[in-house]
Amino acid sequence: MAVSFSLHWAGRAHIFVPPHFQVAMPHAIETAALAKSFGETKALAGVDLRIRQGSVYGLLGPNGAGKTTTIRILATLLKPTAGTATVLGLDVVKDAALVRQKVSLTGQYASVDEDLTGHENLVLVGRLLGLEWRAARKRATELLEAFGLADAAGRQVMTYSGGMRRRIDIAASLVTVPEILFLDEPTTGLDPRSRNQVWELVRRIAAEGTTVLLTTQYLDEADRLAERMAVVDHGRVIAEGTSRELKASVGSNALHVRLADPAEKDHARNLIERLLGGGVLPATTEPAEVSARLDNAAQAGQILSALAASQIEVVHFAVGSPSLDEVFLALTGRPAEDADAEKEAAA
Amino acid sequence: MSADSLPSGARTHELLSSRRPAKPASALSAVATLAWRAMLKIKHVPFQLFDVTVTPIMFTLLFTYVFGGALAGTPREYIQYLLPGITVQTIIFITVYTGVGLNSDIKKGLYDRFRSLPMWQPAPLFGALAGDVFRYSFATILIIIVGLLLGFRPQGGVLGVLAAVGLVLIFCFAISWLWIIVGMLVRTPESVMTTSFVFLMPLTFMSDIFVNLETMPGWLQEVVGRNPVTLLARASRALMHGEPAAGDVLSVLIASAVIVLVAAPIAMRLYRKER
Repeated sequence: MAVSFSLHWAGRAHIFVPPHFQVAMPHAIETAALAKSFGETKALAGVDLRIRQGSVYGLLGPNGAGKTTTIRILATLLKPTAGTATVLGLDVVKDAALVRQKVSLTGQYASVDEDLTGHENLVLVGRLLGLEWRAARKRATELLEAFGLADAAGRQVMTYSGGMRRRIDIAASLVTVPEILFLDEPTTGLDPRSRNQVWELVRRIAAEGTTVLLTTQYLDEADRLAERMAVVDHGRVIAEGTSRELKASVGSNALHVRLADPAEKDHARNLIERLLGGGVLPATTEPAEVSARLDNAAQAGQILSALAASQIEVVHFAVGSPSLDEVFLALTGRPAEDADAEKEAAA
Repeated sequence: MSADSLPSGARTHELLSSRRPAKPASALSAVATLAWRAMLKIKHVPFQLFDVTVTPIMFTLLFTYVFGGALAGTPREYIQYLLPGITVQTIIFITVYTGVGLNSDIKKGLYDRFRSLPMWQPAPLFGALAGDVFRYSFATILIIIVGLLLGFRPQGGVLGVLAAVGLVLIFCFAISWLWIIVGMLVRTPESVMTTSFVFLMPLTFMSDIFVNLETMPGWLQEVVGRNPVTLLARASRALMHGEPAAGDVLSVLIASAVIVLVAAPIAMRLYRKER
């Protein structure tokens, strides 16, 4: 890091480059005060994003937070009510046709034709993207092989399992490799094995230089894949940064205590709060769990002996970096699952 | 390698490093490709052709034998009058599936993919219509074969029949645009069906498909005589039987043009509109 900085600095110092020759690489995606209303409902209330080319970026938030709306605007399917969005420097409204040449979208729902076979679906997309029949067929066969779908190539997509369907969907977005790939909740509803496969695919796609913007409700998913992420809630970005930065905003270490008796939860909370002088995280839905932010690991020992001295029985005691669930909780004051329930209740 | 695992990273590397061609498909080749998709759907879901085989045969047999004796003395007499009209009615009914198919494609998210591709945006609509016109032609040929078997003898010969079929297809292409609008406005494929039939029932039955205009009360004649379906039925009867039809043919062509000129821009607007 230091080396590259000094080299860079040396270059600047010795070789004069006129300012207007230093063409900045445009961001893969840049939005400013992006807003979208559907009638009375404000889906987006001013979203600012800056996404570096070639990175995996996560949009994180509960259902109805505005993640899908953001992606649909960027893929030119929706027009923003206010604000601007550019993809590789191209305006998504004014230059929509050019934007469509640079991006691929894999939506939340199957965006392939279930009546057609896997192979036919990929040929269809290839033809629409301008490949010749022969090239489209060749590409379809290669992709099916690469996605582990060669055996299912001649079967109608409706016979595919959930994981296979997701893969054919992603494959359809890669018939010609886009510069930016939007994945809307790529692993929702998948079993753990299929989820791992999709994760591996996303890593490989990004390693080849495609920028990936993915939305997810799974905090764990963003943590594993995304270089940076934005936490979205009620149509706004409420936090942005690397996973490490977001976690640091909650505290360097987090303490998790599970009690034998849920009735003692308040007692334990008060005790911990007194010892730490604050820092207890808002209550989760777990009836017997207390989490707190620690300034140093030594505090954990003090808390453990204090709980023992007050005869509060502990079944689980752990110190670790906070999960993104806790980040969400700390940022919004409520767990991500609660926000879901709230949305459903409103619907 | 099983169907459920990923291959080596080297293999995917090779695949993922190729970039997009500079030029997407032309409008024409996009439409042709999407029409190819419609054909594939017929191949994979032959049940789709059920609507365009069983219904027409059933309608033709049913109306010929149930009404034939009462309306024209014998079914064989009646079919000379009925067949051109029943072709019109059957094909008009089938046009509803344009809206049904579009609605279910949109609902499933397929149009999200189409709309995010760098192609001529209305191509999916035209591709779907091309597939539908194929289905209409299939049904028409079938009805005429059934009719010939039942004793239908068109005096206009092959040319007269072909001209009538062409006219029916033009009109049906035009009204398909109406169901495209309905297909984009309502929520489910089922409601496309119900909404469309609310219009179609009166439109087809308040015509001279089944009985001569002169048998109706005067006020009704005024209405029925102006129904484009009556014009179409009359024109195709005349064409099939080799009688003069120029006036009605022209009216049908004008009606078709008006429907397309009004409905197509609305359909395009709705299509571009966000969902």
